[in-house]
Amino acid sequence: MRRVYLDNNATTPVAPEVSEAMHPYLHEDYGNASSVHWYGQRAREAVEQARDQVVRLINAHPSEIIFTSGGTEGGNTAVLGAVEAARPRPGAGPKHVVSTPIEHPAVLYAARALERRSIEVTYVPVGSSGVIDPADVKRAIRPETVLISVMFANNEIGTLQPLEEIGQLAREYRTVFHTDAVQAVGKVPVDVEELGVDLLSLSAHKLYGPKGVGALYVRKGTRLEPLMYGGHDERDRRPGTENVPGIVGLGAAAELASKHLAQDAPRLAALRDRLEAGILARVEGAFVNGDPAHRQPNTLNMRFEGVKGEALVMALDLEGVACSTGSACSSGSIEPSHVLAAIGLSCDQARSSIRLSLGRYNTEADVGQALEVLPQVVERLRALSPRYSSAETVAGAS
Amino acid sequence: MTIAVAMSGGVDSSMAAALLSDAVSRRDPVLNSTANSVGTVAGSREPLLGLTMQLWNQRRLPGLQGLAGSSANPGHASGRCCSLDDVYDARRVASFLGIPYYVVNLEDRFEADVVHPFIEGYLAGETPIPCSLCNTAIKFEEFIHTAEGLGAERIATGHYARVRRDPETGRYQLLAAADRARDQSYFLFGLTQAQLARAIFPLGGLTKDEVRELARARRLPVAEKPDSQEICFVSSGSYRDFIEAYLGEQGKESTSQPGQVVSVEGETLGEHQGLHNYTVGQRKGLGLARGEPLYVIELDRDRNRVVVGRNEHLFRQRCLVREVNWIRPVSAGECVPAAVRIRNKHVPAPARVEARPDGEALVEFVEPQRAITPGQAAVFYDGDEVVGGGWINRVL
Repeated sequence: MRRVYLDNNATTPVAPEVSEAMHPYLHEDYGNASSVHWYGQRAREAVEQARDQVVRLINAHPSEIIFTSGGTEGGNTAVLGAVEAARPRPGAGPKHVVSTPIEHPAVLYAARALERRSIEVTYVPVGSSGVIDPADVKRAIRPETVLISVMFANNEIGTLQPLEEIGQLAREYRTVFHTDAVQAVGKVPVDVEELGVDLLSLSAHKLYGPKGVGALYVRKGTRLEPLMYGGHDERDRRPGTENVPGIVGLGAAAELASKHLAQDAPRLAALRDRLEAGILARVEGAFVNGDPAHRQPNTLNMRFEGVKGEALVMALDLEGVACSTGSACSSGSIEPSHVLAAIGLSCDQARSSIRLSLGRYNTEADVGQALEVLPQVVERLRALSPRYSSAETVAGAS
Repeated sequence: MTIAVAMSGGVDSSMAAALLSDAVSRRDPVLNSTANSVGTVAGSREPLLGLTMQLWNQRRLPGLQGLAGSSANPGHASGRCCSLDDVYDARRVASFLGIPYYVVNLEDRFEADVVHPFIEGYLAGETPIPCSLCNTAIKFEEFIHTAEGLGAERIATGHYARVRRDPETGRYQLLAAADRARDQSYFLFGLTQAQLARAIFPLGGLTKDEVRELARARRLPVAEKPDSQEICFVSSGSYRDFIEAYLGEQGKESTSQPGQVVSVEGETLGEHQGLHNYTVGQRKGLGLARGEPLYVIELDRDRNRVVVGRNEHLFRQRCLVREVNWIRPVSAGECVPAAVRIRNKHVPAPARVEARPDGEALVEFVEPQRAITPGQAAVFYDGDEVVGGGWINRVL
């Protein structure tokens, strides 16, 4: 069976160029980057080269990059570390954080952990588009606000947030600004200067790099308490022996992303739009979730009346099409997506939704296969669903 | 043809999956001649799928965790169904067998169709068996539905029971398992012809010991896993705590109120703490100091009374059964001689079963039976064959 992978927001394959770059650091150049000897120096050189590659992708300075174990560590370090390090404002109440209800669990659950430590968090609402209004952020900011954390691109619906405006607010109110850019880096241009962010987390495996490695950008002068304590690695901000092959992989992936971005983005957008238009033309009672305009080019989140997303994902997998019901982390749980709930979908609508996310290696043929399989599977599931009749759809659509 | 196997992560359903997987790779007629004639498994894209039903969220009712979770890992619900460990085990077995595997979430249906009636039953003075409800409403209804959506025409479970198609009538028969000690046909009395036609029970002809042996020989990762308990979502012995915790979570008051404990002669002997704390035949925990042993004879819902008496009062001869499912065609007014089982471990006793209108039946035993309990199932056997069964409504 020919298999099609349309779940690139969950993870991406490692690019051949990336695995090739990593290979020597698993075998010949296996030194510890903190060692004094030749082996150590070879490893250190590779780590610093990777740092430069990441720096070029997001327009940062090498001293501003901390390598992490991935997006979850980056998000947690940023949120917990920035709040911990912030000095309470004189005369103000307990520290306060501004975030959104559609953050990835890496940020959302870190924020909830803060709430358990009596730190207040305001979740700025998103409308049905999934885009937050900077005016709402402004209203949420208080004298005691020490951190604003707003994701760049949403992992489930692909919505892009107006970071530049929020960055201006953060500067105006002298508050640390973090963005979880795990889904955005490599898909849309990311420039920390233009965005005005102080902290930015990214992950290698979403941009054709290996799993288990990522980076946190920390603007010079930003106070940040580490999550873990240990050695003096990464300028005392992240202890632990550097994951040299992983870091090399991240660097190579970052460089490839810089190179590919200009052609990948429009190509993926065209493929995604063809997929979207094809589904809408072939399947009645299908709707796009989120804002079609402010969306990263590869992501398509749709709902199908009368079909459970869970069943659809399984049935599609058996037909060779891989996609997901939302974030891979919450698959298998009954909780409907917190993102879809936040943009105003009902429980049933959220549960009838799936996410299709394209990547660099998807082709026209992949989209063609998905367009062939998906309508049949939806039809089969609807035929078995006691709650669905096409008459209702027509009435509902008109 | 595609078969979806319900995999709980236990040794039985894992071995059921392994037997089917072996049958598929041998391209053998599935199982033995006592199973339904399913022909040869061949020609389909995925002949076999493993599915785990997620039925209950073990993170709910945190107050109960301490009762069931292991002390080394508090809050970690081990030994109960639908724990992460069980899903992990089922996934590991599916991967070991090389079959596609998914977890399907049926929590909503389980709560509505199994947990609610279970609690209602107890509060109404009955002693319900959720497993039968689960089989009828979940495993052989919602699960079959889910399997169909994935292109599976048949479903298999690790139940110890057998299905046979009568070649003369074309009807499907439900038979007790070869291993009488493990037979689960009692819990399957509610299956319709359409459900039986789709069911495969690969373990029906095996003993539990043979299943363990086969699992070891096949090197299944769960070969040594201990057997699960009786009620999957309630930790053993604490159904009362479960009911209290559940009602608490729902913000509901228990409808079960304290009332009188009376003797069969009508003498008031004490007070009870709500009918759901008692079951027919219970001797301990009555809080009565009497010279002779006393047993719960009846839970009188109308007057909210627990009726107690001597052991001999427990022996009764007739009961009324509701919501009867006849697997063999029997019409109202007919009388069927049968051996009737009134709880899982009861040895079926000879009786005369009279089919009545509105899905009722009157069971009249040849000899009085001890502790006929409303809420339990009465299942009618003719030798190995399950003729039908229903819920014990009233003891007459």
